[in-house]
Formats: sequence, structure tokens, C-alpha cells
Amino acid sequence: MTRRETLRRFVQGDLASLRVVLGLAVIWIIFQTQNDRFLSAENLTNLMLQITAVGLISIGIVYVLLLGEIDLSVGAVSGLAAAVVAVLNVKHGWNPYLAIAAGVATGMAIGVLQGFLFSRFGVPSFVVTLAGLLAWQGALLQVLGSTGSINITDPKITGLANTFYSDTVGWIFAAVVIALYTGVVFANHRRRVAAGLDAENPAMLALRVVLVAAVAIVVVAVLNSDRGVPLALLILIAFVVGMEYVAKRTKFGRHVFAVGGSAEAARRAGIAINRVRIAAFGIAGTMAAIGGIFAASRLLAVNQNSGGSELLLLAIAGPVIAGTSLFGGRGAVWTALLGALVIGSISNGMDLLALSSAVKFMVTGGVLLLAVIVDAIARQQRQAAGRV
Amino acid sequence: MSANAPLLEVDGVSKRFGPVLALDRVDFEVCAGEVIGLVGDNGAGKSTLVKTIAGIYSLDDGEVRFAGERVSISRPQDATALGIATVYQDLALCDNLDVVANLFLGREEISQGPGLVSRELDEAKMEHQTEELLSGLAVTIPSLRSEVGTLSGGQRQQVAVARSLLGEPRVVLLDEPTAALGVAQTAQVLELIRRLRERGLGVVVISHNLVDVFEVADRIVVLRLGRAAGSFDAEGTTEEHIVSAITGAGERNDK
Repeated sequence: MTRRETLRRFVQGDLASLRVVLGLAVIWIIFQTQNDRFLSAENLTNLMLQITAVGLISIGIVYVLLLGEIDLSVGAVSGLAAAVVAVLNVKHGWNPYLAIAAGVATGMAIGVLQGFLFSRFGVPSFVVTLAGLLAWQGALLQVLGSTGSINITDPKITGLANTFYSDTVGWIFAAVVIALYTGVVFANHRRRVAAGLDAENPAMLALRVVLVAAVAIVVVAVLNSDRGVPLALLILIAFVVGMEYVAKRTKFGRHVFAVGGSAEAARRAGIAINRVRIAAFGIAGTMAAIGGIFAASRLLAVNQNSGGSELLLLAIAGPVIAGTSLFGGRGAVWTALLGALVIGSISNGMDLLALSSAVKFMVTGGVLLLAVIVDAIARQQRQAAGRV
Repeated sequence: MSANAPLLEVDGVSKRFGPVLALDRVDFEVCAGEVIGLVGDNGAGKSTLVKTIAGIYSLDDGEVRFAGERVSISRPQDATALGIATVYQDLALCDNLDVVANLFLGREEISQGPGLVSRELDEAKMEHQTEELLSGLAVTIPSLRSEVGTLSGGQRQQVAVARSLLGEPRVVLLDEPTAALGVAQTAQVLELIRRLRERGLGVVVISHNLVDVFEVADRIVVLRLGRAAGSFDAEGTTEEHIVSAITGAGERNDK
């Protein structure tokens, strides 16, 4: 019986992400047939650089979505944090690392403040963060002052999005990733066996290791044949892995899921639910700031449009497309990466085909709508099948 | 303390909500290894009594003694600290979490070593303890890793009861544990209640369903309009007798 259950979980758990991976494959095939430069090493490297900022912001969004809440201010916060970094570094001559730390701290403080207002006064999070969206946009204009645009020249800051590693270093990264993953998978397995619990078939574990190794090797091979592995991608992956660990393996992450599933049950279990909420919004603000700094690093400037236009929507759409529920309690941090890949691919592909902004917006909107409908249907089915 | 000394004693407890006297000098007691069925009509004060013992309401008059000593329970944590666990009708489970996560919610085991810094969950230890606890109670759930939302009503009730045992309580209060359950599932839950008794716990079961109460209770306490309207040995009484105590039909003859 347990074996069947594992099989069911494996199939269903995999199907959800498999659906998205298949969707991504279809998107890639379509664009590749339209323009054979799409899957070139150069364009794929560009794609990685394009998704870094959105992906980083989405990581924070996942935490807020897991609570069943939303943060509409992340776009504006990312712009403001980048402006803080630029102003401190360029106008006041701060050390780049200190300036970056100040920018990240700004985002964190804003997130914590919004989380506090939401949990303390019971104001719906979308209202608090909608007010924030406007207020932080105003703050961005204020910080930028009359110039309206600041060019960033400090190599420490521009290097974030414009550093590439040599082939050798790239392969070392691949080797480290594979070794770490293998170590973690088998250490977990050993611990379960030691505790006398039924553990996954070692053959399945080996298969997972082989899959991850294959992906790592292909990615590094492709990136090496162009400019090399970008620092930005490494940082994005490091954040995805780290925050996935926090969400799935730590007490705090467990409490985030619990509050998203049933805040009342979590409260009665003795969880300080308001602290969990404030922390989650703090993470969203922090990741928004980090994403904004990467966007500025790539653009080499901060201007009045930083963090504006569709950035917010894309950051929310990504995880939802890749399977994080808008209704709370279900999702994963890696959906931030996968979702950013899907949305980034569509956007990048349409750029290659020189489609107009009109078409791009409509297509992206359609994809988002589709993802939300799939999420809602899945929820209805759970409710229909869930309770007996 | 002898085995049959009352574990939990409620003595002359009154509770007022404005002009309404919800509990009027109620007495009752539960011993270790005893199942009390607490019955009464809607509004008789069953839930108020349980919530008073559980620390959700404060009592206005009277006293509560635990293991012979007078105690004051002003917060739910006080009750938990004494060893009184309560399972409410809504169960307070997180449907999106699995059985292990629900059981340990709010008291997760943290792994030793480097994981201590990030407060990493010790999943293996929690799953192992869950397995032991549930098999000790003869609770069968297809997989400890299935989401609680996918379980049947009876299984969810059993998970909620099992969770209340993690704090090693001495008295368990169950609010309508068999409401909305099918026949087979009700039987499972009643079996679980019997097992709690075997473990030497004092159990208080609130129920509307007299059949279930007679199945499992040693003693039946009837509440009527906020007063204790009698305490009956389940062996020596009949359903009609209890019904008349609940409705007050037999009051004149009794007194």
C-alpha cells in the first residue's frame, strides 16, 4: 500500500512540474522553428541574464504566495533599492558593498513594515502593498532627485550582471553542484534507513542524481560555448537552493506552509503567525531589492522607470505558472526559477521575432491567465476529492 | 494517590455571559482510566464547560482541582501545561500538510549538528515517532506522508486525537469526536477512545449521539440548562433514563 502511495505521489508530484517542463519545451521548439538563433548559445546566455532579476524577485513572492497573500509592491521596491544603491555609490561615494547592503536593508525594512501593517491591523495585504507600490514609486523619484537617471560605473556593482567565468571554472561549478546534490540525496537516504523508515528505491535516487548531473553538464557546456557561466546565474541558483531549503526543511518554512494552509490551525498550534507573516513579507522585500540591484547592474543605470512596467506582474506570474498556488499553502521556491524561464523564453522569443509590445503583452497576459485557471481547477478538484 | 482518586475535579463552577448563566454550579470529575460522556441538549453548557476547563473561558465562580490540587487555568497554555489536552470539533488541522507535519505542528523536532543553526527539521525522527505513536494506538493511515486533506473524516479525527497525545496529557477532552462520521469511521474513533482509557488517561467525550456515548463511556454526566442534571453509571442506566435527564421530563419523579 505504501509503495503504491509513493508511486502515486511520484507520478502526481512529477506531473505538475513535468507539465511546465513540457510547456517550456514546446515554447522552445516553436521559437526555434521560427528563428534558429533562439536556441543558440549566445541567445540562451542572454536569456539567463534576462531572467535573473525577475527570478530573484519571484523567490520572495513565493513566500508571500505560500501564505496565501500577495505583495504588489515588489516592483517599486526593487526600483527604490537600486536607486538607493546608485545614489549612495555614485553621488555620495560609498563603498559599493556598503551601498548594496544599504539597498538590501531598505528592501528588507519596507517588507517588514508592510508585513507589520498587514498583520497588525488586518488590512488585506493587496491594499497595503498597493499603497506601497505607489509610495515607493514616489520615493524612487525622490531619491533620484532632479537628474532622473543615474549611471552606474563602479565595476563591483556592474560586475554582478556582467561577470562570466572561464570554461574551467564553469566545469568546477558543475562538479561541485553534482557532488553536493549527490551527497545530500544519499545522506537523506541513509538517515531514513537508519531511523527504520521505508526509503525510496536507491535506483530512483541514482536516476535523480543522473538527471541533475545531465542538466548541470548541458547548461555549463552551452554557456561555455558562448561567454561562460555568468555570475548572475550562479547567484540566482544559490538563492533558489537556499530559499528552497528554508521553505521545505526548516521550522520557519514549515510554519509558512502551515499559516498558508490554515492560519487558525497554526495559531492554535502555538505558532506566532504574525511573526511568520512579517518575516515572509520581509523576505519578499529583501529579494525584491536584490533583484532590483541586479536589474540596475545589467542596465548600468537606475532611472525613473526602474522596477516599473510589467516587472511586478511577471514576478508574480512566474511562480504561479510553474505551480505555486495563489491560494496559499502550496508551492515551491524553484517555481520562481522555472516560471522565470517560461516567461523569459516567451519574451525573449517574441523579441527575436520582432513582435510588437502589443502582441507581447497580450500573449504574456494569456499565459498568466491560463496558469491561474489551471491553479484554480486543481484547487477545485482537491476540494471535491479531499474531504469525505 | 490511589488509582481511583479523581484526576480532574470541577467543583461548583459557574460561568456567566452577561445576563446569561451558562454554567450554574456544575460539579463533575474524571479519574485516570475513565471515560466520561458529557451529554446534554443544545445550549446545555457542554461546550462552555469544556472551554472553561481548557482555559479559553475563565470561570466566574467555583474551582478546578487537578490531581487533588487547586489550579487556576486562565489561558489555554495553562491547561496544556497541567496535562489537559483538548480536541475541538473543527480539529484545527492544516489540510495542505502531511500527517507527520500536522502531528508536530508548533513543536517540530530540530536536527542536531549543523542543522541547528537554521533550525532544520528532523523529518526522520518525527516520522519515526509518528509511526510509533500511531501504531501504539492501532491507527492505520495509508501513508504518513499523505496530505491530511486527502484523509477520511475518521482518519482526520484520529490524527487530531493522536496529536493531542504528543504533549503526554493526563486528561483529554474531545468535542463531538464522532459528529459527521460514517458507521465504520465512528467505530474506529470509539476504538481509539477505548485505547486512551487503557493507557490510563482520563477522557471526557462531548457528544450528541447517545449510542456512541453508551458504547464507550464508563459514566455519563448530563448537563441541562447549565446545571449538572445527574451522573449515571453507563452500566446501570438506560438510554430512556438519560434522555429524560437531558430533556428534564423525569425531573419531578426523580426529586
